Amino acid sequence: MNGGGPRSPSYIMDLIAENILTILILLPVVGALAVLGYQMFWKQESQLKWVTFAITLLNFLLSLVLVFDKGAASASGFHFEKNVPWISAINTNYHVGVDGLSLWLVILTTFIMPIAVISTWHAVEKKATAFYIFLLLLESAMIGVFVSLDLLVFYLFFEASLIPMFFLIGVWGGKDRIYAAVKFFIFTAIGSLLMLVAIIALYFMHADATGVGTFDFVTLLNTLKLGNMTFSASAGAFLFLAFALAFSIKVPLFPFHTWLPDAHTEAPTAGSVILAAVLLKMGTYGLMRFNFTLFPDQAREFAPLFIVLAIIGIVYGALVAMVQPDVKRLVAYSSVAHMGFVILGMFSFTEWGMQGAVYQMLNHGVSTGALFLLVGFIYERRHTRMISDFGGLANVMPIYATIFVITAMSSVGLPFLNGFVGEFLIMVGMWKSTILSVTAAANWNYIATMVAGTGVIFAAVYLLWMIQRVFFGKVTNDKNRGLADLSYREIGLMVPLLFLMVFMGVYPRPFLEATHSSVSEIQKRVMQRAGGEIDQAQVPGPSEEKTEAHLEIQQK
Amino acid sequence: MIENNLLSIIIFAPLAGAVINWLVGGKLKNETFSGLVACGAIAVSTIVAFMLAFGIGTPHAGALFADKPVLDHIWTWISVGGFRADFALGMDRLSGIYALFVTFVGLLIHIFATGYMHGDKGFYRFFAYLNLFMFAMLTLVLADNFLLMFVGWEGVGLCSYLLIGYYLKRDEAREAAKKAFVMNRIGDWGVLMAIFLIFTLTGSISFFDKVVDGEQVQSVFTFVTQNMSADPFTWGAIFAGGLTSIGVLLFIGATGKSAQIPLLTWLPDAMAGPTPVSALIHAATMVTAGVYLVVRANAIYQFAPTAMWIVAVIGAATALFAATIAIAQNDIKKVLAYSTVSQLGFMFLAAGVGAFVVAIFHVMTHAFFKALLFLGSGSVIHGMHHEQDMRRMGNLKKYMPVTFFTMAMGWLAICGIPIWAGFFSKDEILYRTFAADNYFPVSDFPGNKVLWAVATLTAVLTAIYMTRMMIMTFWGKERWSEPEAVATGDLGTAHESPLEAALDSHDAHDDDEEEHHHEVPADFKPHESPWVMTVPLIVLAFLSTVGGLVGIPYAMSSLVGAGEINVFEHTLDPVIAKKGEHDGHSAPSASGENEVKHFYASAPAVPGAYDPHSPEVIQKERLLALLSVVLALAGIGIGFALFRNNPLRKMPKILEQKWKVDEFYNGYIVDPLTSLSREGLWKGFDLGFIDGIVNGIGSFVKELGDIARRVQVGFVRSYAAVIMLGAIVVLGYFIYYGFKLVN
Repeated sequence: MNGGGPRSPSYIMDLIAENILTILILLPVVGALAVLGYQMFWKQESQLKWVTFAITLLNFLLSLVLVFDKGAASASGFHFEKNVPWISAINTNYHVGVDGLSLWLVILTTFIMPIAVISTWHAVEKKATAFYIFLLLLESAMIGVFVSLDLLVFYLFFEASLIPMFFLIGVWGGKDRIYAAVKFFIFTAIGSLLMLVAIIALYFMHADATGVGTFDFVTLLNTLKLGNMTFSASAGAFLFLAFALAFSIKVPLFPFHTWLPDAHTEAPTAGSVILAAVLLKMGTYGLMRFNFTLFPDQAREFAPLFIVLAIIGIVYGALVAMVQPDVKRLVAYSSVAHMGFVILGMFSFTEWGMQGAVYQMLNHGVSTGALFLLVGFIYERRHTRMISDFGGLANVMPIYATIFVITAMSSVGLPFLNGFVGEFLIMVGMWKSTILSVTAAANWNYIATMVAGTGVIFAAVYLLWMIQRVFFGKVTNDKNRGLADLSYREIGLMVPLLFLMVFMGVYPRPFLEATHSSVSEIQKRVMQRAGGEIDQAQVPGPSEEKTEAHLEIQQK
Repeated sequence: MIENNLLSIIIFAPLAGAVINWLVGGKLKNETFSGLVACGAIAVSTIVAFMLAFGIGTPHAGALFADKPVLDHIWTWISVGGFRADFALGMDRLSGIYALFVTFVGLLIHIFATGYMHGDKGFYRFFAYLNLFMFAMLTLVLADNFLLMFVGWEGVGLCSYLLIGYYLKRDEAREAAKKAFVMNRIGDWGVLMAIFLIFTLTGSISFFDKVVDGEQVQSVFTFVTQNMSADPFTWGAIFAGGLTSIGVLLFIGATGKSAQIPLLTWLPDAMAGPTPVSALIHAATMVTAGVYLVVRANAIYQFAPTAMWIVAVIGAATALFAATIAIAQNDIKKVLAYSTVSQLGFMFLAAGVGAFVVAIFHVMTHAFFKALLFLGSGSVIHGMHHEQDMRRMGNLKKYMPVTFFTMAMGWLAICGIPIWAGFFSKDEILYRTFAADNYFPVSDFPGNKVLWAVATLTAVLTAIYMTRMMIMTFWGKERWSEPEAVATGDLGTAHESPLEAALDSHDAHDDDEEEHHHEVPADFKPHESPWVMTVPLIVLAFLSTVGGLVGIPYAMSSLVGAGEINVFEHTLDPVIAKKGEHDGHSAPSASGENEVKHFYASAPAVPGAYDPHSPEVIQKERLLALLSVVLALAGIGIGFALFRNNPLRKMPKILEQKWKVDEFYNGYIVDPLTSLSREGLWKGFDLGFIDGIVNGIGSFVKELGDIARRVQVGFVRSYAAVIMLGAIVVLGYFIYYGFKLVN
């Protein structure tokens, strides 16, 4: 959108920029058709990976337009907004747009896809055509989820992302793939069906309030902000929980997490990577985008519940990860712990916590995605992932060991690697949060942070223990002696991820600044009481400290 | 505000060295190249550090003399909603002194290591790690805010992890590496929480007042000191709990990094790393980071007497505890490791009684003599072909005269014989502990006297175990060629355990090609180390001998007619926050008045209030010094009496087993937690309960389906379809409810 008037020579460029979100969604679909066509005409599956890779890479490059955009946001706060009527009978529109919250998630999706495709280079042994088609359709659905501003369209993309993943696990997965795929499907489908009910209910409630039913998120939000539509206590709770359940299962929040280890363990490497890097983020994104803005009162009301579940998830995920005999399952449980941090930060309702949560979504995508890739590498070589089958790998695969240790450190949250910035901001946010009201007994926000902070210790325990058993010591299993170190393809795959780990840890400002305005908008919205008064003055300074500390004194 | 961009060179030169060694050195595999790059990088840091600290060739006064710190803002790291953490360095008098001895001792140890690691396959890797460590350590020291300090704090933990586990194939090494990292992490938790609380209370995390991007950033310490001094009653009430909590939380971090009770067991295990690493990381620099943190935050501690009390008590307890263990160890490095833990305890004791400058003084002298002792032990181990068991040494002074002579200097220094460096610092700690009046909350309990007694006892024990170590290593008869049973089982009844221990430690070395250990041949003769190793020893021996002269207390210097020549104290004094005038401030009014009054009355001695020139003070200090010299000599005498003719004297078993702390932790914390996680949480809750419910519903619906099939309905084919049916029923209900809601 760089000043392209009708006479501009860069008319086509402008046209692309204008419709960039649509292109990002449709290009993978076109790619899927191309893959199908290629296979039908040439009957040769070995080249498909190149086609798929080219398409995903092109999509990534195109998505960079979003980052370098300097244009102003529309009135509703979104960039590259498109609002085209779709089914006028039920007043649903194809409404897409991107803001600070979704920007990096779209980029993360387009970034991780080419990497996932390369990771399958030699791994897909059967039905390659279908595999790549599903991958491309999955990308399309995931981008759709992050940019949809119409609830019905959002729901369709949300569900659509399930199907390719279901097949990726169920067809190309490990030995218990059917069980894992069905479990994955049922858990997530049940949640999202409830969300559909809530979406339809919103439609009718809007119709009741204003005479026009709508699925449009921006319209709904405006109506709510103007106070033209209010929820009764029970209706509000039902709607909030229906949305929240769908998203919590996706995250997954304790105790809905048991589908995740199975799905991860059985999924092929590319599936695990995408699942961890992007699919889980749909849950946290949805909570922040829809739950916080549409139902701020309920969000505040239920925040203690979510904070408690998040903290349980952090500690529980870490403890269970510690005793896993299977590397991939260990990483899966570590995901539960990490996503717990994201939820914790979001529900602190402070700018620090919420910014940290958004940042941590990206960090988790990069680090955990990388860990799953690394696990995939060793699985391709040895066809086992049991920790006890390894030992002393650092002697035979030094490059692999080095990269693994760096990635693990990023997951552990070592400063100057990406994980630290997110976790730190989340904990600052929780520490300063006012959502857990200060009672006479204790400052619950301090206690919550302190307990969550132990997750940082446990993360070191489970990852280092695993590294110690897998990489250090002498080679005990003869099958491991001849293992080849990483190939150039595999190293090339890891380099961009490693670069991001360091860059995002050392210089997080561009990321945080891009998300700043959208996140603080949501933060203000969610802390707004019905009367319109902002709940919390967040200016650190002596005046505030005085009162805060006085409270402390009074407790004594 | 003084700015000087040279400051960043101090930290980035070692980083560059690490990267070059990793990328280029790994390809070349050339020891000369790797050694030159690594030592060169540290040499650059050292030179720049000296330039800035003393103001050589800089447009401003040196950081050691200037009133204001030298700052270098590199970039803004995190800036979110009023929270800012800069990647910015600052060198004031405290970090200046730290930077000086870290770079200088670091340089000597790097040079030593080029000789010690000669012939090692991972030579380049070793130096890359070592340079990376220097980067992290200097970042820790020069950081101008808590969060960047924490970066260095975690960074040194990582490098320590990598270097302890350097001998990848040794089980004990990897186990020790993990243990070190995890225990450090437990401490880091405390630091993190302290940072949150500091930010909450003061709205800043910066160490210094500064202007960044046109924005005034206030120092945490100025904020605390100013407010507490200006209006002690109000702010005391506001801050009281907060500051104490910060003090305790920071100290939790310090116990992890500096191996104090209860997080002390990782440091002795960390001796599985190469000896230069033990000298650099686990004696001279990293482990003193906890002391640095406490002294850096002295403005906070001075207003948190309870926290200081905890610091002092833990310090003294650790000092004694570790000394008792050191006396019974047979591995030369283990003795030194426990000795380090014990000396760190002394430093915390000093900080805890308010003698912050003395704590840093002891950090510095300790860096000299402990690095010397560790490098000396490295030289011994090198000369003995990687034998660490003192029971297989003896009479080495004949074969390694330089090593013997230099180590003897370190021995005299740590025992506290005047004029060696350790004497001045340790003696001042003892004196200041003794003199810390009104120190304990309960005023009639002579807490400071108890602490003093404990510290003095520890000093005697120190002299004993160091003498034992010297005797076992350098005197007596040569035991390396003797058959093992004779060598280790001198006492008839003592056969069992030392033998076992010897065999154990031997097993650990077997098949360890990385460490070139091989069985001692019949005609084995220990040899003196090459000059790259002995020169650093000589330099350190010199520093251990005279290094203490920079901090002679007035009571001593006046003995020989010199005036006030305590340069060290004079230099560091501005770093210590002055509590300001507050005594006559409180007019009796509020109900909490007495408490507040007590709070101040019990505050530890302010350095400013302590007058080293009054005759009583001088007299007392001289008497105590005399006593501790006598006791140190007695300790050495006892050591000789006990071990000169019987170097393999059997020591109490519980001491040899290190009071079974590890067994306690494993048995009561690690194992229960692991089995709880495995049996309770994972198998019980996850697989049993939640999946049980899910699968239960699944099979229940399937049962229904089977019944349905039996009655010939037969359209239900699969598990998935059945569950979907169930889901649709639930869904139907909710749709019904949803519509009811809107109508």
